[in-house]
Amino acid sequence: MRKLITQPGFDNQAQGVAGKSHKHESAQRQVGGLARYVDDIPEAANIHHGAVGVSPVASGVITSMDLEAVKASEGVIDVITVDDIPGHKDIGPVFSGDPLLADSKIFYHSQPIFAVLATSTTLARKAALKAKIEITPDEACLSVAQAKEASNFVRPPHFMRHGDFQGSYDNSPVKISGELFIGGQEHMYLEGQISMAIPEEEDRVTVYTSSQHPSEVQKLIAEVLNIRLHKVVVDMRRMGGGFGGKETQAAQWACLASLLATRNNVAVKIRVPRMLDMAATGKRHPFENRFSIGADEQGLLQATHVEINGNCGHSPDLSDAIVDRAMFHADNGYYLADCYIEGHRCRTNQVSHTAYRGFGGPQGMIMAEAIMDAIARKVGKDPLTIRKLNLYQKDSRNTTQYGMPVEHNLLEDLIQRLEKSSDYWARRDQIRQFNETSPIIKKGLALTPIKFGISFTAKHLNQAGALLHIYTDGSIQVSHGGTEMGQGLHTKIGQIVANEFGLPLSHIEVTSTRTDKVPNTSPTAASSGTDLNGKAAQNACIAIKERLATFFAEQVEGNPQLVEFTEQSVTLNEHKITFVELVQQAYMNRISLSASGFYKTPKIHYNRETGKGRPFFYFAYGASCSEVSVDTLTGEYKVNRVDILHDVGKSINPSIDIGQIEGGFIQGMGWLTSEELLWDDSGKLVSNNPATYKIPAIGDTPEIFNVDLYPRANDEDSIYHSKAVGEPPFMLANSVWCALKDAISSITDYKTDPVLHTPATPEKVYNAIERAQAWKDNSYES
Amino acid sequence: MVSFLLNSQMNHIQEEKADLTLLEYLRENKKLTGTKEGCASGDCGACTVVVAEISKATDHSLQYKAINSCVTFLSALHGKQLITVEHLSDGNTLHPVQQSMVEEHGSQCGFCTPGFIMSMFALYHQPSEIDREAVINGLSGNLCRCTGYRPIIDAALKICGDKIEDRFSRAEAQTITTLKSIDKTSVDTDNLIIPTSREALSQAIQSHPTAKMFAGSTDLALQVTQQLHTFDKLISLSLVPELTTINTQEKGLLIGAALPFNEIEPELLKHFPDLSELLWRFAATPIRNQATLGGNVANASPIGDMPPVLLALNAEIHIDNGYEQRTVAANEFFLGYRKTVLQQGEWVAAIFIPFLQPNQSIRAYKISKRYEDDISAVCAVFNIALEDKKVVGLSAGFGGVAAIPAIVEELNTALIGKDWSSSLTFEVGKDILSKAFTPLDDVRATKEYRVIMLANLWKRFWLESNHQANTIATRVVHVPHSTGVTSHA
Repeated sequence: MRKLITQPGFDNQAQGVAGKSHKHESAQRQVGGLARYVDDIPEAANIHHGAVGVSPVASGVITSMDLEAVKASEGVIDVITVDDIPGHKDIGPVFSGDPLLADSKIFYHSQPIFAVLATSTTLARKAALKAKIEITPDEACLSVAQAKEASNFVRPPHFMRHGDFQGSYDNSPVKISGELFIGGQEHMYLEGQISMAIPEEEDRVTVYTSSQHPSEVQKLIAEVLNIRLHKVVVDMRRMGGGFGGKETQAAQWACLASLLATRNNVAVKIRVPRMLDMAATGKRHPFENRFSIGADEQGLLQATHVEINGNCGHSPDLSDAIVDRAMFHADNGYYLADCYIEGHRCRTNQVSHTAYRGFGGPQGMIMAEAIMDAIARKVGKDPLTIRKLNLYQKDSRNTTQYGMPVEHNLLEDLIQRLEKSSDYWARRDQIRQFNETSPIIKKGLALTPIKFGISFTAKHLNQAGALLHIYTDGSIQVSHGGTEMGQGLHTKIGQIVANEFGLPLSHIEVTSTRTDKVPNTSPTAASSGTDLNGKAAQNACIAIKERLATFFAEQVEGNPQLVEFTEQSVTLNEHKITFVELVQQAYMNRISLSASGFYKTPKIHYNRETGKGRPFFYFAYGASCSEVSVDTLTGEYKVNRVDILHDVGKSINPSIDIGQIEGGFIQGMGWLTSEELLWDDSGKLVSNNPATYKIPAIGDTPEIFNVDLYPRANDEDSIYHSKAVGEPPFMLANSVWCALKDAISSITDYKTDPVLHTPATPEKVYNAIERAQAWKDNSYES
Repeated sequence: MVSFLLNSQMNHIQEEKADLTLLEYLRENKKLTGTKEGCASGDCGACTVVVAEISKATDHSLQYKAINSCVTFLSALHGKQLITVEHLSDGNTLHPVQQSMVEEHGSQCGFCTPGFIMSMFALYHQPSEIDREAVINGLSGNLCRCTGYRPIIDAALKICGDKIEDRFSRAEAQTITTLKSIDKTSVDTDNLIIPTSREALSQAIQSHPTAKMFAGSTDLALQVTQQLHTFDKLISLSLVPELTTINTQEKGLLIGAALPFNEIEPELLKHFPDLSELLWRFAATPIRNQATLGGNVANASPIGDMPPVLLALNAEIHIDNGYEQRTVAANEFFLGYRKTVLQQGEWVAAIFIPFLQPNQSIRAYKISKRYEDDISAVCAVFNIALEDKKVVGLSAGFGGVAAIPAIVEELNTALIGKDWSSSLTFEVGKDILSKAFTPLDDVRATKEYRVIMLANLWKRFWLESNHQANTIATRVVHVPHSTGVTSHA
């Protein structure tokens, strides 16, 4: 874009609002209970409520369906099955495979088969229990192993190769193999899935939904209703948490609500009860991964083979990109040398697993950390020494398994700083001493880095739009394609716009995300919200600023390139006018005060045929150091202290960024520790409510929790040279898992690398302790 | 008629259905949508509201309690003030706890925030000093998926360390006068029977033989919100005086069955300080503000945390039917899975827990995936009496390992006379416990782990109660108020 006028940074402007810790734009209303979520929107007088009837088996064929008792149930208005869908019956987001309502076949336990509309939520839910459905069950495929055995995949595999793995492996003096079962994760957004559809004139519909992807919801509703996209408006003000769980998973409820609403010409709300939400919506993919590596005697990697197997559930959903991202991140921050990465997308009779913060990245990166620990124990060095040894280098050993050179690598310096601030080596000595004299309680310590690629790996998604209006009182409304789910996106966009115009934040209103304001948007995902929409909003600002600058320069006969927007005024040399006055004059002179902005990420490309390219605009870096105490009698443990140093480039809002880092870390810790998804032998999820599925509670927050931002601007031209922060900190929690292993390893005087599948519940930790103790007893005997 | 202040308005309930939850009432009837539904099972805290009631101890001050509105029926509100998040700010001025949350960046998606605000508001009104432990305890029933809690802890610590009189304190006398004006004698609604005497309770059961009785409703309400059961009539035990008193007797504590845990906790801990860990890990503050000892016993759940305590302490269950009372030893009360000796028309009136003798010491252990608000995989409570290092008495109770809360008869007898400091004694107990149960696999643990844990908790007990061994660290968490051996890392 042509840049006619001087761009403000945010270093030297006293009044500039970017770079400062402004409060979340909704904080005031959130603490007062006044922030509206979909369920809080005042209801239309004719509102009715939907519920679904679901499958009690994981796999089978529907042989008969008797819905008479449902229809006769109190308060019931309408009951629909797949036969009542006028348009597309499949709502698969990228590939087909996700029926809106079951079409004779059952693919997973709790799959919706029919929907009920009734006068109240409770009556609809009660009615849904009265169906008589006969299903001939098939044998369900419930594990990765079973799927691989039967070559049951949702998508073909993908491979990445660099150098001659086999040759280097054969020549390596140190060879290690291992496997890791990595549990999935329930999103447990506090606000469950919900949509409300309002029928409009003729076949039009307006839908309020809790979704990270309003444009996709719009498209799928149109397809299901068999109408064109321009008849559907989707409005999304805020979500009560998303984390990836509302990227594709919100669409089903929005489509059903829209269908029931248009059929019956009443407003329809579907609010999914928690237990069904947990059973019937996708989760983070469980993975079963393996590695074989060759290293030299020092522990430097020579050859790496990682086999990645994602449990995708019954359909592709986003699994192709998720397994790819696991493969892209199997290196984390380390040079894998000659390597071979294979990624398999296994089909099972589970709900279709979906996007979740990190999007496969965590399940890849943990393999790199598993490899580092394994090498360290084998060669008898501290794991941190091995990690530092294997980091990507500057001039050699600096190309990823997919051929992208690692530029602007911050890890060496970042780790060095954290090593010092966390006092790693002194604490390492103290912990060794403590463990020598403490037979029951063992302490563990680990410092692990992260390197996370920023950009959607589906190239076309790396675009964004914004729409900006200035009103004649000088107030500004901005709409953009990103959605607010708590991450502070709207706050940052408001700051960017305020900063561009030199206005206080209170002059800017960021609206709800609406498909009629900004069309064809990408999901708010891949940490990209601010990067993409911030640039788009900035470009909208620039478009109007250019008009205003030209207009003002004409008046004072100056150079428009020298016009500045600061402190609620517009200046050109000695000439100065207040922003409001200039806006009003511009209006009187018939100058447009509205503009759209567009942005697409530069530089990125990836060739799936060759497995080579530059899929990421840049990398975000960070490192964390965790200390744990483990009770060897029970396997229970406590995270005592955590130190984090994380790279957000030049922060647009340090407090919001720190909030993402801390929140991401704790969520990652939950994934690796207490959050255990369990399915029974029939494929039914048994950890299906917050009584049986335990996310971290307030007491799990480490008492010592030091979080700092790494002080360096993004070398790439991102918005104000900031960096994306949504997902990367999630993987900082790897240090908790490694610290638990470190504590267990101390039982064998650090000679063994404990196998610790995740989540590392007390029981799993205890089992690893028992194995370590058995090893120790054996080694004494022999 | 159930009468209560909803924020500043007097509200009367007469015709509502019996099983209407307070959350539904607020959101659907009153359109007060600041209070959120996160799980409708009392596990997440998004629906937390505060109930202010006249202190039983002083009669002229208000006690503020956070409760989960999703598992509460309207009978719980009679004579009290219900405070919702919309009511906290004074015009445009936020309440100090709200302002502190804003300042500390304590909200992200904001959905859990009203619940946290209400728990923090209750904490703000606690007379005791609020340290980090108190904050963790006070907010233990609120889940946040966004922040990682650090800013929330900071917000609570900051504001509770710097309290100013808020408008609730200023209006306290007026509120008390209003609450005292509420008629305490006729409380029934059309569908909620709320007896105010033992006789009336007996009468109510006769008139409505199929109506369920409840006290805290934290378990019964789940049948409504999760299983979608309908209860046309319900009988509340909360206003029966005999069920809501605690008596410190010469030989022990007699605890009314319908008293919430947080009301009995101070007295329990005064006499049994070593129960502190188990009480801290028992559910979370809002649940403890409602759930009762009687409910925990009468439910006969194999994973209730108090029955093992009662078994180990040789407690007695006092059973009543309005005419006759009988007493049953705790270990004879549980018959089978969720089955007790209670006959139709009977209720648990009180629980008697005998005091410990000077030579007795106890430990109560729980293992779960999470410390706060989780259900036991295994619960073990040990009570040993020693004379000159010799075992002269032993009783223990276990949860999570059988269909009922259970004792191990052999353990109680086999060790009598043995030297407690001898590892051989430990081994005898370990062998017994390793063979005592055949537990099940479930979502919380496998049977193998449960069996091993019995032995290992026994080992922990042996270590912690043995003076030679007690210099060894045996804990990864700080156990509040623990007596005797202090041994955490």
